[in-house]
Amino acid sequence: MTTERVSGVALALLALAVLEEARRLKLPLGTLATPGPAYMPALLALALLLAGVLIVALGRDATTLGAAGWHEWRHTLAIVIVCAFVALALERLGYRLTIALACAFLLGVVERKGLVATFLFSVGMAAGTYYLFDTLLRVQLPRGPFGL
Amino acid sequence: MLETLANLGLGFSVALSPPILFYAFVGCVVGTLVGVLPGVGPLAGISLLLPATFGLDATRAIVMLAGIYYGAMYGGSTTSILMRIPGEAASVMTCIDGYAMARKGRGGAALAIAAVGSYIAGTVSVVGLMFLAPPLAAFALRFGPPEYLALLLLGLFVLAYMSSGSMLKSLAMASFGLLLGMVGIDQMSGYFRFAYGVVELGDGLGVVPVAVGLFGVAEILATAGQATPPQVVKPRLRELLPSRQEWRESAAPIGRGTVLGFLIGILPGSAHIISSFVSYAVEKRMSKHPEQFGQGAVAGVAGPESANNSATSGAMVPMLALGVPSGPIPAVMLAAMMVHGVSPGPLLIQQQPELFWGFIASMYVGNVVLLILNLPLVGLFVNILRVPYPYLYPAILVFSILGVYAVNGSVVDVWIMLIMGVLGWVLRKLSFETAPVVLGVVLAPMIELSLRQSLAMSDGHYAIFLQRPIAAVLLGVGLLLVLLNLYSFVRRGLDWRARLALAEKGEET
Repeated sequence: MTTERVSGVALALLALAVLEEARRLKLPLGTLATPGPAYMPALLALALLLAGVLIVALGRDATTLGAAGWHEWRHTLAIVIVCAFVALALERLGYRLTIALACAFLLGVVERKGLVATFLFSVGMAAGTYYLFDTLLRVQLPRGPFGL
Repeated sequence: MLETLANLGLGFSVALSPPILFYAFVGCVVGTLVGVLPGVGPLAGISLLLPATFGLDATRAIVMLAGIYYGAMYGGSTTSILMRIPGEAASVMTCIDGYAMARKGRGGAALAIAAVGSYIAGTVSVVGLMFLAPPLAAFALRFGPPEYLALLLLGLFVLAYMSSGSMLKSLAMASFGLLLGMVGIDQMSGYFRFAYGVVELGDGLGVVPVAVGLFGVAEILATAGQATPPQVVKPRLRELLPSRQEWRESAAPIGRGTVLGFLIGILPGSAHIISSFVSYAVEKRMSKHPEQFGQGAVAGVAGPESANNSATSGAMVPMLALGVPSGPIPAVMLAAMMVHGVSPGPLLIQQQPELFWGFIASMYVGNVVLLILNLPLVGLFVNILRVPYPYLYPAILVFSILGVYAVNGSVVDVWIMLIMGVLGWVLRKLSFETAPVVLGVVLAPMIELSLRQSLAMSDGHYAIFLQRPIAAVLLGVGLLLVLLNLYSFVRRGLDWRARLALAEKGEET
């Protein structure tokens, strides 16, 4: 499968999913004179469906999916997991603890930096950005256990 | 004319008073910092600092917030050029050639050209704001929903046509972006669309998490794991000055970007973003060497940077003269003015001339402050490149998360940023451009509203778009672009865009 064909199929499926969801959510289509909330999404989904079909039809000569180069996927996955952790933990553990743990994982585990460098960077980044934004700029950042 | 100059004199007497000068300076410094920090754009910066102005009088508060706005537009170019991460959404186009210049060792020159271009555009556009605001605002007012829709669609067609890849893929991405913009409460009926019970999605997907995800996080995901991470350029001091050739090549784009940015700025919409997209497209089209775009063309930095700064002043026209915000940032500015008891509109100039003209004069002063701040500090910003990438990318990630979270104080935005980051990484692998997605998200509410209003006006007849001359001409130009693309496809000849795409692929492999 070429990259164009895979992406064309994905876009077409997404368009169909939008049409189906608009129907399932019972969004009124309205009339031409008074278009409803489903009118524009349906119009766009049809445009996307058409584009997806055309991309599939014209995508025979594109590079294959494997040749697109996914070699950095382990690193990517690690960063995605860290971001997901931050999103989950930010309002539970508080800003400083969450960011310190996230930075420590990225530097210590993913980048294999030394213990001292990892500790200093993680604590410095968490405390420094907290001081700048929460204390100086008065942006309310979430606090966790023990007011951290 | 004489009256305007007399009023400007009054404005300078206000703007040059030490307290106002101080707050303009603070606003510019903070704005530059906000712009430099990836993920923290002017919208977030102004929102973050709005509570800090509550203790100030109206003039000081507005001058400081305006300083943050145009300071961020200046500073936004820095991370775009040095790290290919837009400091704010309008710097997206600067990423392309600015970063390419940095990779060639011309990062310092690109920063200097961006700073000078921004200064010229900022100063000239304030003159425009002063003298041309009333007639230009009146012209923009002639646009009804059909003309407005045609203009917005033309913007998408121009962007798709000018992209180096396939126009079909760019239009597919624009449609995808517009679909993303459909999430949230329908403005006209109040229906919740595709929100699945997530209350935070009621206002739709924010532009900040989408842009930071697609550009910032996707870049980190793509580069952090590379065997050879982004090259750390260590320019010497003399390399920070643009060459005579680079100055020559950037002069006309700065001029065009200034005019274009101001004109687009007065139209409603996220003008500073659109202006940089259009300016880039125009420069690419007008260039004798369009194949150099994407490879480090000076015009690709000078044009968009001038345009987005010029659009900043342009956006003030409808806000100050009519009390109508032309985008999310002017909307926040408008809210800030109302918090301070100022009601922008036609009566503002008559009732509070010292505030209006003081604000205008402070923009001149602010531009000088920014030039003085930015040029000598270019070397300081370049030093960011010297930080080893394993330390740099976690820091960028933290600032991206912080910037996205701070806008609404919601982790939902952090999730959106993450999803967009992964999507941006995949789209890059599949050779899709992500800029049309961002533009689609920005334009979606405006396009939908214009379409539905137009159809309501015409009782459901699409012929309204052909019956109104301005709308018909704008749509005709859009159709022409599609036909031109189709023509080159049928001939199977390689026009400059196809050659550029091949060149880009050749560089990657």
